[in-house]
Amino acid sequence: MTATSDLRQPPRVSGEGDPSGTGHLEELRVDPIGLMERTRAECGHVGTFRLADRDVVLLTGPEANEIFFRAPEEDLDQAEAYPFMTPIFGEGVVFDASPEERRKALHNQALRDKFMRGHAETIAGEVERMVAQSPQGGDIDLLDWFAELTIYTSSACLIGKRFREQLDGRFASLYHDLEQGTDALAYVDPYADIPSFRRRDAARVGLVQLVEAIMDGRAGEPTPDKEERDLLDVLMSIKDEDGSQHFSADIITGMFISMMFAGHHTTSGTAAWTLIELLRHPAFLAEVIEELDGLAAEGLEVSYQALREMPKLEAAIKEALRLHPPLILLLRIAKVPLEVGGHLIPEGSLVAASPSVSNRDPQAFDDAEAFDPRRYLDPREDDAVNPWSWIPFGAGRHRCVGAAFAMMQLKAIFSVLLRRYEFDLSQPHDTYRNDHSKMVVQLDQPCAARMSPR
Amino acid sequence: MVDRDLCQGHGVCESEAPAVFEVSKAGELTVLQEAPRDAERKAVDAAVTYCPTHALSIVEDQL
Repeated sequence: MTATSDLRQPPRVSGEGDPSGTGHLEELRVDPIGLMERTRAECGHVGTFRLADRDVVLLTGPEANEIFFRAPEEDLDQAEAYPFMTPIFGEGVVFDASPEERRKALHNQALRDKFMRGHAETIAGEVERMVAQSPQGGDIDLLDWFAELTIYTSSACLIGKRFREQLDGRFASLYHDLEQGTDALAYVDPYADIPSFRRRDAARVGLVQLVEAIMDGRAGEPTPDKEERDLLDVLMSIKDEDGSQHFSADIITGMFISMMFAGHHTTSGTAAWTLIELLRHPAFLAEVIEELDGLAAEGLEVSYQALREMPKLEAAIKEALRLHPPLILLLRIAKVPLEVGGHLIPEGSLVAASPSVSNRDPQAFDDAEAFDPRRYLDPREDDAVNPWSWIPFGAGRHRCVGAAFAMMQLKAIFSVLLRRYEFDLSQPHDTYRNDHSKMVVQLDQPCAARMSPR
Repeated sequence: MVDRDLCQGHGVCESEAPAVFEVSKAGELTVLQEAPRDAERKAVDAAVTYCPTHALSIVEDQL
């Protein structure tokens, strides 16, 4: 261990402007990846940019990433690192729990391996229902289409089928407004009077009303059989001593929003990008379709067993995740002073790792800017070889707990879609891009495609 | 070997090799056999391969 006096302050990236200003906040709101790439280029693997009155120390490269991802919660804490989430979840949900409570809570959710096969069947059924709305296909907006589908899949798998049956497109539309309410301006004031925050707050009120209406409807009905019950039934059955319901519609809505949040825009965006990249690379798409047709010919159900071995489709999904990671900036707060690569990170700093930067690290990946799904096939296995650089799901103790669920879900979605439909991109191929103006990254609209039966 | 920093208690290893791995309801992994017999080898290999967090590895006994 080096004496802390020998350690240097991390270098600061250019473009900070007036010390009394908001630093790099405006740049983060317009071109976050450009800011992070420049930080790495100018400062190396440990570099600082500034969001209003907070320094953000960006770590890049496998060694610094490993320190970031292995750090225990006591050193690098997630709880206050994402202030833009509090108005979305509501006070008292998720990050108000202790790290230990949060870790345990994960295991009460439906992400355990033994539930995956059932989820795969549920998801395949939801894709069938989406396409049944227009069996002859037609024009779709990739953002809207996959966002609505993944509202149904995540609500059915995580909350229950009974709840999912009581949802329609309104829930997806309001949920989208929540996701759009994640402007980085929240680092200055999460309740600033700007249009996207006003829409966010109105959307949350609207979601509470939808959930409340569902609860009111259920209150007058007999309790369903045990197998039929969903999480909402369970939460509504918890009563206080005076017989009133323990959880309000507001709290329950907050729980549902938070349960669905991590798996929604992430999966939806990855589904869209996998499709876009496959349509940009028709030779590999043909191999994926051949792989799916082969499984279909064996008579395998779209269920967990069948979902395991799909190396081509999995490689395409992994490569879409590498090039277009749904989360571009992972954040923690340093609870103690930290030493990384000869630099001292002061207590109280925000500390960041960036999937966007690390996933394209030329030291780790040959031809890092190119879509090349073959990099995951035996014997290359670029993802396994570079566990601290291939980080679309993060890594280490906070690695996305839904990663296995997400991969299964994406494979189930494409097993149905690509066997039954052909797709074409309706726009010039280079016009599909992400909108980086919010912390929740989503496809920039328009993002049109056409589908037609095979 | 289990890298406890990485294990999240998904229970995939338990599904693959129930004689070797046990994952409690709270997600705590117990290795029931530190040196499983050769008959378990295929199942243990599958557990290592499919562990969603790459927390498992096999260390061969020294001859």
